[in-house]
Amino acid sequence: MATYQLQLPLTENDIRTLRAGDMVTLTGEIYTARDAAHKRLIALLEEGKELPVDLAGQTLYYVGPAPASPGHAVGSAGPTTSYRMDPYTPRLLELGLKGMIGKGKRSDEVRTAMQQYGAVYFGAVGGAAALISRSIKKMEVMAYPDLGPEAIHRFTVENFPVIVLMDAFGGNIYEEGPKLYKREML
Amino acid sequence: MRQIPVSQLTEKIKQLIFTASYEIGPDVEKAVQDAMKTEASEIGRSVLCQLCENYQIAREERIAICQDTGMAVIFIDVGQDVHFTEGNFEDAVHEGVRQAYAEGYLRKSVVKEPIFDRKNTTDNTPAVIHTRLVPGDQVHILITCKGFGSENMSALKMLVPADGVEGVKKFIVETAKKAGPNPCPPMIIGVGVGGTMEQAALIAKRMTARAVGSRNAHPQYARLEEEVLSAINCLGIGPAGIGGTTTALAVNIDFAPTHIAGLPVAVNICCHAARHAEGTL
Repeated sequence: MATYQLQLPLTENDIRTLRAGDMVTLTGEIYTARDAAHKRLIALLEEGKELPVDLAGQTLYYVGPAPASPGHAVGSAGPTTSYRMDPYTPRLLELGLKGMIGKGKRSDEVRTAMQQYGAVYFGAVGGAAALISRSIKKMEVMAYPDLGPEAIHRFTVENFPVIVLMDAFGGNIYEEGPKLYKREML
Repeated sequence: MRQIPVSQLTEKIKQLIFTASYEIGPDVEKAVQDAMKTEASEIGRSVLCQLCENYQIAREERIAICQDTGMAVIFIDVGQDVHFTEGNFEDAVHEGVRQAYAEGYLRKSVVKEPIFDRKNTTDNTPAVIHTRLVPGDQVHILITCKGFGSENMSALKMLVPADGVEGVKKFIVETAKKAGPNPCPPMIIGVGVGGTMEQAALIAKRMTARAVGSRNAHPQYARLEEEVLSAINCLGIGPAGIGGTTTALAVNIDFAPTHIAGLPVAVNICCHAARHAEGTL
């Protein structure tokens, strides 16, 4: 387990270096999308149309933030459960998506595509949403404002705390971590 | 007959939603703090530490503990000597939810129709309302703001009498195991045993709001709660699901009389951001 402070977008070297279990802070720009936005993005690709944001090389955060109260850039903004995005994710990885931030396990298809195209899956601590919002300094709506919290936003983040859940080489903390602490039932 | 204008109900519900959304219960906070002392994984302890810090920020800044501010599930026990005046009871409840989510900077997460359109109602209504008529002239309100990361990991199974206590244990532990990291562990697990399908589910939901650290008054059920909690904490899932010894903070079980042929078991999973509040009018 190593710790890193990384500047976004992720570089090829970052992706080669990071391993499941590493603690990382991210600084730079990330995009947000969850269920409804993914559905629209993939529908556009199927129609052969261009996406409203270029995700190549970028990191996508699965989040639907709470509204910002006065004096804050964003409301509470913790990760949503990632598996709901799994049916759409391999296509985005093929387009060059390099990082994902969420929580929870991913499908075999996603893990295979992460290894094939070189991408990292980070976890933010689910439910630590007020704490996380402090590292989000700016929020802009980039597409689908009609979706409200499900719109595609761009966040400018500083020292956003994440853990590498799955790396580009098949490493998976959700398999390796619990094995270390599993005990025989009494 | 006690007259209560429905505007009082609206205001009470609004305030309870604010309390639930910003202030974690002292029982949950203490359980997380205690777990920091016993958790075997270093990274697990750092996750628990983030949770404590998060509770504090939310409370001090009056911002949502979690961005999934949930669907409002509202249990209302109405004294039979109460007469609500100046409006419709359920409209007043929904109005309280509408005002709380708008004024409290809480996320609106409810869609009007579940399959085809999925259009956001934009005010987090309707709430899910469960009303009971009870003796007296008071109105007791329990609100849970239920996030769906954990709700989606819940399960119900119609066991048969021959499955017995071992079958019940196995189903609860398997549900927690299957949930893994998805419901934001450490979890609080509400279980309803007996009754009919929907009654078991209702009991399970109520049990997610029973205080962490409390035990069922029935000694056999209290022991069952302890055994299941201990078994779940042996799974290794840990805080945030990345490995550790703190997978659940509580397993709260209650039961209801059931049919001679049945043993329904409902398991409702709640995350560590277990947001609920109670009040009386």
